[in-house]
Amino acid sequence: MDPKNSFKQKAKEARDKKAIYGDDIDLTKYSNPQPHIHKEIDDLSDLKSHKNLKILRKSGFSENDSRVSGSYLQYDFDTICHKNNDSGVEVLPIDVALEEYSDWIQDYWWKNIAIDTDKFTANTELNMTRGYFIRAKAGAKITYPLQSCLFISRNFGAQNVHNIVIAEEKSDIHIITGCATSAKAGLHIGVSEFYVKEGAALTFTMVHNWAENFYVRPRTVTTVAAGGKFNSNYIALEPVKSLQLFPTTILKEDATARYNSILYGHPNTIMDVGGKVILEGNGARAEVLSRAVSAGGKIIARGILDGKASGIKAHLACDGLILAESGIIHAVPELIADRPDLEMSHEASIGKIGEDQLNYLMARGMTEEEATDAIVRGFLSIDITGLRPEIAAELEKMTTLPKGY
Amino acid sequence: MLKIENLKVEVTDEPDKVILDDLNLNIPEGEVHVLFGPNGSGKSTLLQTIMGFPAYRVLEGSILFRGEDITNKSITERAKLGLGISMQRPPNIPGLKLQKLAEFLVNQRRETTAEIGYIAKKLEMREFLSRDLNVHFSGGEIKRSELLQLLLQAPKFILLDEPESGVDIQALKLIGEMTNVLLGTSPRQPTYPWDKSRGGLVITHTGHILDYIHVDRGHVMCHGHIGCSGTPSRLLDDIRNLGYPECAKCHRFTSKDLSLKIT
Ligand SMILES: Nc1ncnc2c1ncn2[C@@H]1O[C@H](COP(=O)(O)OP(=O)(O)OP(=O)(O)O)[C@@H](O)[C@H]1O
Ligand SMILES: [Mg+2]
Repeated sequence: MDPKNSFKQKAKEARDKKAIYGDDIDLTKYSNPQPHIHKEIDDLSDLKSHKNLKILRKSGFSENDSRVSGSYLQYDFDTICHKNNDSGVEVLPIDVALEEYSDWIQDYWWKNIAIDTDKFTANTELNMTRGYFIRAKAGAKITYPLQSCLFISRNFGAQNVHNIVIAEEKSDIHIITGCATSAKAGLHIGVSEFYVKEGAALTFTMVHNWAENFYVRPRTVTTVAAGGKFNSNYIALEPVKSLQLFPTTILKEDATARYNSILYGHPNTIMDVGGKVILEGNGARAEVLSRAVSAGGKIIARGILDGKASGIKAHLACDGLILAESGIIHAVPELIADRPDLEMSHEASIGKIGEDQLNYLMARGMTEEEATDAIVRGFLSIDITGLRPEIAAELEKMTTLPKGY
Repeated sequence: MLKIENLKVEVTDEPDKVILDDLNLNIPEGEVHVLFGPNGSGKSTLLQTIMGFPAYRVLEGSILFRGEDITNKSITERAKLGLGISMQRPPNIPGLKLQKLAEFLVNQRRETTAEIGYIAKKLEMREFLSRDLNVHFSGGEIKRSELLQLLLQAPKFILLDEPESGVDIQALKLIGEMTNVLLGTSPRQPTYPWDKSRGGLVITHTGHILDYIHVDRGHVMCHGHIGCSGTPSRLLDDIRNLGYPECAKCHRFTSKDLSLKIT
């Protein structure tokens, strides 16, 4: 059978399969976007007068072309901009890449993730609304970050994107991807398959800026070949209805992974966020860190380290801060090991803001709100590795907390 | 400037644990007083009560600051009125850079951030500005960081809890001189808002800080009560020569029971 047909067949069989984590979603409530609605832009600077510029910036997307190695901007279905500024990198809409690289791309298509993982992966295969293809060429050290943004503009609109990122041997790239919206309600599903080849380094920073009635279900799996490095930063500070993601990374020999998650749970928000690292190769290393603040929302912070080889070192840490009576944080750290010659650990802590901390800052003249803000901001500022200074500065702006918690 | 009358204070979380009792203290405008007293006598408790820390509850009496009753005011209100404190054991605030707090303090006074660099340099604290507040600071570094913050806050009345304890001899000179600047007793720092009307209350065990600052009067605290007041150097001599137990036997010493008021 033609593989395309077998993909569709599998997807159809799994179209109602519930996900392991997160509440179920009625996908029929959301409409898939049609192509050719949004006009392409010729130049990033055209965004200067764009009505959503503020939201784009807040999601890490800059209209300044000189500081990025490439850009990908998708509105609903339409890719309104894709370009590379660096010969070492390639950015394409996924359907273009599928055609252009039809001779080899099947090695990366539904290879990390099974189509029938759940209804969300199945639905992405059945109703794909594009996505991006990003590749750093072998040996290319990409100086500037590559930026992407997936934007939903229609109320009750859906996005079911399928993304592929390949960091070829010994390449080094940082991708900042924002997901954002100007609508109030919607659904975002993103299947992302990342391949970090031997000795390559991929830093992937994802910023989610959704809205009160958004359902979000990313599905990400990364394989890191021998000696590769994967840094994954995830930042979600804005309101969202229900967010569930559980990115999985498979590490080969001497590969490393580091996850940082920064979560802020507004009232009426459920965030079920975590990650799993499978340490398959000898000497693999992983660090999974998360900081969660609940201002009334429910946050489930999961983490699984699965050690399968010798000389592994891995650590899982989750710190939670509850600001409001109605807030819930549930930390679920898990370690799995079936051999003695490895080292894995976890720690978790949940608490409220220390009264002594508040008093101390208030004695310096801060109001209780100002002191709370300063402490929470401090708590959320994890030292994010692999960030170039200018992005770190951008990030600091991003971690400026929304008002009114 | 600061007037405390018949103050009775208990630990908020442990009602009936009275730490300060029948405490009276009057510090006139622009004066700096020093507070002696054995460990556990209630000195830090007094400073924190003046600042309004909720760990302590005022049962009786009142605290007046520049004529205004602040007994029931919040910490923030007291700070905004011009009270400032250096803590014996300040808490860690991970992720909050000293620089960020410093910026808040100068903004609050509508000053420019240039002052931060200037004072940090004086206190040899420049590289600490990028550190998380108090996290892994050594004992001496905590003292300098507290002093830095207070210099930027520029309160009218300053509560110093053992500003020189645990400080090496060289740093003592630095801390002493900068404390002098802070208390407004030195006109030698042109960029600093020198203010003769500043007052303060300073806790010291060793008295070393007194080599650098001018204090007007001293008090000895025993069992949560000010037993004796007088010239700081004389009090310190007596404590050194006789020790606190003997000191308490002195005819000048008042206890609550005897209720003698001798100055
Ligand atoms: N929050 C508290 N809870 C319980 N006991 C307390 C509390 N604060 C102070 N105390 C007790 O009150 C007494 C006075 O404490 P305080 O810290 O004021 O003493 P101090 O005079 O500053 O002593 P030192 O010279 O050792 O610093 C001590 O016995 C102390 O244990
Ligand atoms: Mg003390």
